[in-house]
Amino acid sequence: MSAAAVHSPPNYLRAEQGIKSWLLTTDHKRIAWLYIAAITAFFFVGGFAAMLMRLELLTPQGDLVASDTYNKLFSMHGIIMVWFFLIPSIPTTLGNFLIPFMIGAKDLAFPKLNLASWYIFMLGGIVTLWAMLAGGVDTGWTFYTPFSSLYSTTNVIWAATGILISGFSSILTGLNFIVTVHTMRAPGMTWFRLPLFVWSHYTTSLILVLATPVLAITLALVAVERIFGVGFFDPKLGGDPVLFQHLFWFYSHPAVYIMILPGMGVVSELVATFSRRAVFGYTFVAFASVAIGVLGFLVWGHHMFVAGQSVYSALVFSVLSYAVAVPSAIKVFNWTATMFRGSVSWDTPMLYAIGFIGLFTGGGLTGLFLAALGVDVHVTETYFVVAHFHYIMVGGTVMAYLGGIHYWWPKMTGKMYPEGLARLSALIVFIGFNLTFFPQYLVGYWGMPRRYHVYPPEFQVLNVMSSAGASILGIGYLMPLFYLIWAAKYGRAATANPWPATGLEWKTPSPPSTHNFEETPIVLHDAYDFEALRPIIEEEHSHR
Amino acid sequence: MSTSSPLALRFQFATEEQQRWVASVGMWVFLATEVMMFGGLFTTYAVYHMYYGHAFATGSNMMEISLGAINTAVLLTSSLTMALAVFASRVNSKMAIVFVIATMVFGALFLGIKFYEYYSHWEEGQVPGFNFRYSGPEAMHVELFFLFYFVMTGLHAVHMLVGMGLLTTLLVRLRIGTVGPGYDTPVDITGLYWHFVDIVWVFLFPLFYLVGRHMK
Repeated sequence: MSAAAVHSPPNYLRAEQGIKSWLLTTDHKRIAWLYIAAITAFFFVGGFAAMLMRLELLTPQGDLVASDTYNKLFSMHGIIMVWFFLIPSIPTTLGNFLIPFMIGAKDLAFPKLNLASWYIFMLGGIVTLWAMLAGGVDTGWTFYTPFSSLYSTTNVIWAATGILISGFSSILTGLNFIVTVHTMRAPGMTWFRLPLFVWSHYTTSLILVLATPVLAITLALVAVERIFGVGFFDPKLGGDPVLFQHLFWFYSHPAVYIMILPGMGVVSELVATFSRRAVFGYTFVAFASVAIGVLGFLVWGHHMFVAGQSVYSALVFSVLSYAVAVPSAIKVFNWTATMFRGSVSWDTPMLYAIGFIGLFTGGGLTGLFLAALGVDVHVTETYFVVAHFHYIMVGGTVMAYLGGIHYWWPKMTGKMYPEGLARLSALIVFIGFNLTFFPQYLVGYWGMPRRYHVYPPEFQVLNVMSSAGASILGIGYLMPLFYLIWAAKYGRAATANPWPATGLEWKTPSPPSTHNFEETPIVLHDAYDFEALRPIIEEEHSHR
Repeated sequence: MSTSSPLALRFQFATEEQQRWVASVGMWVFLATEVMMFGGLFTTYAVYHMYYGHAFATGSNMMEISLGAINTAVLLTSSLTMALAVFASRVNSKMAIVFVIATMVFGALFLGIKFYEYYSHWEEGQVPGFNFRYSGPEAMHVELFFLFYFVMTGLHAVHMLVGMGLLTTLLVRLRIGTVGPGYDTPVDITGLYWHFVDIVWVFLFPLFYLVGRHMK
């Protein structure tokens, strides 16, 4: 061990020991781990519900579960996956861990608030989970009124309360990120030197802060209606149930971008690192994030084309929905252009990134079908919609999450994961995903409605394919769970910059010390300055 | 009161200036979330006012306008004393304490009048769902108006209670000297919050007391 290593402070994982040092930590890196543990658990709970649904759908008859149970299963799957996995997934884990590093800060602006967010999230999660297990909810994740407010006899209030509580966690996380990016950047870290990961998280945080309060008040109004028996959405008083849909989608459409934008940030980092090339058109990609964030607030009506809004507003929402495709396409083109003439290597994170680009493009293009008024009327409430948003949410966000977890695993744990096994599992996830969800486009287009546990026999072949794909996908998700945990303990020790990559997080040891940087770094270069890495890359080549 | 800063620099910040800046940016972002939350309710109100403007005017005419007007004056005065407290905290803690107490007195007066109004609504059978006895034309839509009234002014009153809590903490901190000249940021951000809650009332007052008054 060199003299320098003896004097350096202990890494954040060893700085303190014991369960209390984790549960009371205000270190953003440890809080990221608390979130990883929580959302992994929620992911497998939501996945379990999906597994039962896919088992039921193996046959056209309802033979495994009754229709009521099936309603509760898909509600549980949706609610858990949306609010307790997808929305917190990348921001609270990778975002929490990396944003302070990437801007050269020692922590987030409000470390205690960060820990409080986790406790609020857990409280919301436990309340919701309790509502699911003690009888369930049958409204779907969308809680449409008046069914949710007046007629459903299930645990709507508790589920809504849990979601509302977790919403405050989202708001506080977003607030923390916004303030941190504004006030905590290291000297020389100008806005246009920020890694694209930070840009996308900044936009995500703006959406979290501006959209989540609307969901909070909307769910509160549903709860008021259920508790007091009078409400704003009650047709008996002249209330308008469609107004609920407007308010709900005013949050829930931007929420789609809360889920996908952080994934885009991860992919920007991965594509740059494994192409050894600065992201093509940095400013365009950065502003594309902001544009997606802004436009995302103006398209909620495309969820309601058949719900009885005026034909003129439907037209406007349709056009605006097409407009979102422009910044999204800019990103896809720029990633592709970055890889073009780059020196591309096929490490596991890059496999996930390429998977993301392909599947996101597929999901995005079918999104254009759905933005077209005529086509949407044909496929509304069918499996086509289900396949579309799973291509974005699972093919996009989950792929990016897994890619990012692999990419930063050496930094977070100080250990390398087994590359061969990881590539295999990335391949299994890709194959399993497509086998699960591509058939759903077909059955949906041919008219199979979503949210039913029985279906006409002619759809059985495609449904069996989908269920088979889901089991392959399940294996693909379980593999990383095991080998990453194994690697954290027994993996080969990671160097400070194993890929190698640009970015301030790679200038710290793996794993870093509690306060990230011993001295606040001074930033002199743009993001993705691969010229500076040339000596490292050449040295590596000479060893090979 | 010592003139040196009572502020301990937390490890994540480079300078005291940065630490103060962080606190006030944080409060501004928080107020943005509040605007969106009340915004959801204001939008809902606007939609139903468009549908049932006449019933809403009827409901508005059933309000005790003098109490609403007095409360508006009380709350705006509390904003003045809050602003004076912010100013005073930069120079003199004792003066700041006086203004914070004055703000709390006006806040309490506002809440007292508000709860008296709620009580009168109960007496007169204007509480939707529980005790609603109005049976004139468009009774259902008038009930909807009163539902808005209770939910929106209720949410506002909850914010006032939170504000009173913040002011109490501030009072204690000014008293023991952890806040004062040299470290006035907590007074600043509490002031921001208090003014925001006042501004919400400035919108609530016309929506519930003045709308359709001319149609009487």
